[in-house]
Amino acid sequence: MSNIHPYVGRANTRVDGPLKVSGLAKYSAEFGAEDLAYAAAVPSAVAKGRITALDVSAALAAPGVIEVLSHKNRIDFPEDDEPFKNDMVAVPGSPFRPFRDDKIHYAGQAIALVVADTHENARYAATLVKATYDVETPNVDVATSANYYDPPEKRDGIPPPPDPRGDAKGAFDRAPIKVESDYRVVAEHHNPMELQATTVIWEGDGRLLVHNKTQGVVNPKNYICSVFGLDEDKVRFFSPYVGGAFGMALRPHYDVFLAVMASLKLERSVRLVLTRAQMFTMGWRPDCLQTLSLGAETSGKLTSITHHAIQATSMFEDYQEPIVNWSGLLYDCDNVSLKYELGKVDTSTPSDMRAPGATTGVFALECAMDELSYAAGVDPIELRLLNYSDHDQNDDKPFSSKELKAAYEQGAERFGWSKRSFEPRSMKEGHELIGYGMATGCWEAMTMPHKARATLTADGKLEVACATADIGTGTYTILAQIGADALGVDIAEVTSKVGDTSLPMAPVEGGSWAAASAGSAVKLACEALKEELLKHARGLDNSPLANASLDLVTFSNGRIALKADLAKAVSVADVLKSAGVEKLDGEAGYAPDEEFTKKYAGYTHGACFVEVRVDEELGVIRLVRIVSAIAAGKILNPLTARSQILGGVVMGCGMALHEETKWDKTLGRVMNANLGEYHVPAHADIPEVDVIFVDEEDGSNPLGIKGLGEIGIVGAAAAVANAVFHATGKRVRELPITIDKLL
Amino acid sequence: MMNFSYTRAETIADAVAAVAGDPDARFIAGGTNLVDLMKYDVMKPGRLVDITRLPLREIEATDGGGLKIGALVPNSDLAYDQRIQRDYPLLSSAILAGASAQLRNAATTGGNLIQRTRCYYFYDVATPCNKREPGSGCSAKTGVNRIHAILGTSDACIATHPSDMCVALAALEAVVHVEGPDGQRTIAFADFHRLPGDEPQYDNTLAHGEMVTAVELPAPRFGQNHTYLKLRDRLSYAFALVSVAAAIEMDGDVIGETRVALGGVAHKPWRVPEAEALLKGKFATRELFGEVADRLLQGAKGFGDNDFKIELARRAVVRALTQAAAGAPQVQSNKIVN
Amino acid sequence: MAAAAPDGFAVTITINGEPRSLTIPPSTTLLDLLRERLDLTGAKKGCDQGQCGACTVLVNGRRVNSCLQLAVMNDGAEVTTIEGLGQPGSLHPLQEAFVAHDAFQCGYCTPGQICSAVGMMSEGHAKTEPEIRELMSGNLCRCGAYSNIVDAIEDVMGSAAVREAAE
Repeated sequence: MSNIHPYVGRANTRVDGPLKVSGLAKYSAEFGAEDLAYAAAVPSAVAKGRITALDVSAALAAPGVIEVLSHKNRIDFPEDDEPFKNDMVAVPGSPFRPFRDDKIHYAGQAIALVVADTHENARYAATLVKATYDVETPNVDVATSANYYDPPEKRDGIPPPPDPRGDAKGAFDRAPIKVESDYRVVAEHHNPMELQATTVIWEGDGRLLVHNKTQGVVNPKNYICSVFGLDEDKVRFFSPYVGGAFGMALRPHYDVFLAVMASLKLERSVRLVLTRAQMFTMGWRPDCLQTLSLGAETSGKLTSITHHAIQATSMFEDYQEPIVNWSGLLYDCDNVSLKYELGKVDTSTPSDMRAPGATTGVFALECAMDELSYAAGVDPIELRLLNYSDHDQNDDKPFSSKELKAAYEQGAERFGWSKRSFEPRSMKEGHELIGYGMATGCWEAMTMPHKARATLTADGKLEVACATADIGTGTYTILAQIGADALGVDIAEVTSKVGDTSLPMAPVEGGSWAAASAGSAVKLACEALKEELLKHARGLDNSPLANASLDLVTFSNGRIALKADLAKAVSVADVLKSAGVEKLDGEAGYAPDEEFTKKYAGYTHGACFVEVRVDEELGVIRLVRIVSAIAAGKILNPLTARSQILGGVVMGCGMALHEETKWDKTLGRVMNANLGEYHVPAHADIPEVDVIFVDEEDGSNPLGIKGLGEIGIVGAAAAVANAVFHATGKRVRELPITIDKLL
Repeated sequence: MMNFSYTRAETIADAVAAVAGDPDARFIAGGTNLVDLMKYDVMKPGRLVDITRLPLREIEATDGGGLKIGALVPNSDLAYDQRIQRDYPLLSSAILAGASAQLRNAATTGGNLIQRTRCYYFYDVATPCNKREPGSGCSAKTGVNRIHAILGTSDACIATHPSDMCVALAALEAVVHVEGPDGQRTIAFADFHRLPGDEPQYDNTLAHGEMVTAVELPAPRFGQNHTYLKLRDRLSYAFALVSVAAAIEMDGDVIGETRVALGGVAHKPWRVPEAEALLKGKFATRELFGEVADRLLQGAKGFGDNDFKIELARRAVVRALTQAAAGAPQVQSNKIVN
Repeated sequence: MAAAAPDGFAVTITINGEPRSLTIPPSTTLLDLLRERLDLTGAKKGCDQGQCGACTVLVNGRRVNSCLQLAVMNDGAEVTTIEGLGQPGSLHPLQEAFVAHDAFQCGYCTPGQICSAVGMMSEGHAKTEPEIRELMSGNLCRCGAYSNIVDAIEDVMGSAAVREAAE
């Protein structure tokens, strides 16, 4: 059956697909236990202040209520910050601790946890908890924060903006063509479809089995063991399916903290499912004010870029996603000044949301480039080619690969960009103005250390395992593809395992690094397994492979054969039998190639093309066509890869046209904390999206891949905004572009 | 959700008696709004009287040539009913512009009338809201009010009625049949919903214990000269920022009777008969439609976020009248506004 | 008139062809009954407010948001959940098509999308792609699989049309 290989590079349907379409895939709120109790979190009614009294008597007296926990009767946890920073995604500052004391930091903060025998009883009793507060006036608007500052402590692993190069101000002053504009990307919430949830199974003897919605089981396990002083050997996190996350489930949230606390206190199993409104009381894409100035020659060649961003963060942590950085490397320019500041607001701490930083910053840069194209009278693609850069000027390194020109070319061709008339408001049909817009995107191609295991059993079945997550990204499938190819087995014989702390270590799945990192680790583990198999095969009596090395043999269909003479072969079953084992394992770790990353800058790139139609009188915007051309190294699975780009593009469309978290500025509360009024795109909003992957060779990891989770969104909102400008002549610099802004 | 007792009514009289006799009781049918409100503690009835088994599921012809729609007819059944599609396409279109297919399958005719506002503050029990808690204040006036009313507001409340179907029913001058402890009565549609005044806790003119049993449509008269135009923050599954139900009686090129009702702008579907009368006996012109819009929106007042609705409504009225006059109604699945 | 105390009401609901007799409090929604009492976790809770469609099931053949249905009010009803449509090895054609078209990523909205599409097809009002998009708009997908979902539905509707033509 060698004709089935390679799987890698082919459009294989999801190996977890049949479970997902039949409702059998189990998400974190869907694991049960005989002694399961149900918890409900009670949200703070005020945004800032102190709880002066908390009356839980009515709640305790309500039917079925087992316990009401709060800051008054919580179990002990450490006072200092450090144990709470045992979180791979922690940011500088003092992490939020539910029930630490009577202080209210933001509206909706959990002030109590009701535990009852049923979901209904817990939900009802939660409404009976009565708190009184000393209320202070909150500020939830970064535009009115007390001051803006350069965060004194930088976030681990996230480079701050590079030092200025050249003389951006002087070059801008001298530039014959200038554009300078303010942009605002408003607050957004991730809103994955699955509610944030934790089910803690109390297994007795202090043993906990925790099902928690997370982008990486290792992280919340480390955190929980650290903050509650638990024995790591007694705690297992198992979250095989994750109902979307987009960055929201990188950090451990209060659901896992409170559910574990309740379980420890009550010594029984506990489930806590947050409400949709409570999903707005944790991580979010921060509100950001930006000023972007571009100076250029009359040809459109950039001579100056100045990008200043002021981003919201909470009062207690300095969340950082240096929004301006991409403006220093996307285009060739010798005079660049980037400034990134924070402003504090009385909300929960923002968090990474799909392409954090780049989504916000590249929106402004790509709108500004569009403004420049009109100022210089140069076609938007021509302008970008004129300013093309093969070199990351931020880090002074060449890109490891960058086929962005091919993306521009193939995307433009597929889209029919040549039919665009340059002038705004120049294309029309019926009541509708027609606009073509485009924008560039880029995102880091990163990898992280991962471990993996590959196990072959005598029946020829292969298991590949890594503690990473599949949040919808297709991890299960691509790991199975890699394993199937490595061992030469049918993919139906391969089982992928992820989302379990009993598996080899992986960090959180984020930053688009999981496929390249976990995939490489699985590939290396399979190589180790093959070595192990061959070692035993060589030792068989009269082994035809006695002197063979790994490069001289091939693994196929349960057999190891000499490449030179396929008749000379042994079966895997015989190898295991003679070794006297049921199965053989190979384990390996992948770590980024530091020599390579020292030499090269790794980025994915994309070009997004959008056609909009805008009712001239009514401002109704329709997306008509989208082409997203992506350069992201080798594509493991065009089917699931395309879906990742689709997802990014659709979220970018939501950012452009729909999404905005609206706080009441007096009360400090999110007023549209639901899916009815926080609009994400619906079926009717989204047209066919054409995804192109251009060929790109990259040598940064054994698979030659770069990751696709983020690149689809970067630039997508700018492409929509630019198309709206082209259609209407109205430049909307504050998202989302709603009807009122076009009247 | 509060624990509540549950009663399943077998007759209308039983149902009415059960609710009328208990100030904490409410009728429940489709439940698509009430169950949501109860879960989040916005409404706390101590007893629900389930009326879904009552014989109110028929659509019957009336002697006057109209139709009488049972209160329990699901929104989707009504929208797709052949008689409705043929004779009252405006109503069908308005229903299909609202909510989602699933919600329309569950929601009933009567329930659609008595659904409550989508005001953010009404739904958030931690905030002052005169509609939810009389006397507590209106947070929306100085808060987030993108979706709020521009017409007929009061100091106490600027909420809107969220229905699409009701906007069409207002334009069609439907009559609401109700039954209460004091017997049956009918209410003209224009009198069914009310403006908030200083008692915004009352959305409509039903007394406690009165149940909507049917909605009656007068004989059809507008043919294809109608439209339901809904403008919103995404292209489906969102409440109206502004919607317009328009129907025109055309006699050749000359306009006879006209009806225009606005949704999303007031505590009730908004009609101004004097505005409609401006068109009588005239030829359809854009200028004239503009005058109708101006008259409809006379006295409109924004509260900040929703200021744009005044201009948007004006433009929407002109477009809707243009569609109706041309006999080119908006098709809800077509997102190109014709 | 039948009445119940807050703690329990005896109902019989046929779920995926199997009659289930249960005593449930009136405040239990059909969704919570399925997920928490009957371990039928295929119907998903994404908002609990009728604003996302993830909980869509078929009640007497019609698609509804099970989060807004009080279970007691469905006494005597026939409910079909995603588990009842098909299982691995014997998937419903729409389930197959969703896999083939990669019409999901995280899979959380998927059971609702599929139940909704089954309901939509039996309603028979969606004939064109814009009509499919409009009539599926009650099912949000945050992973953005919309165009693949529409392709999957069109695929099955196409086959159904072909079959009808052949008959």
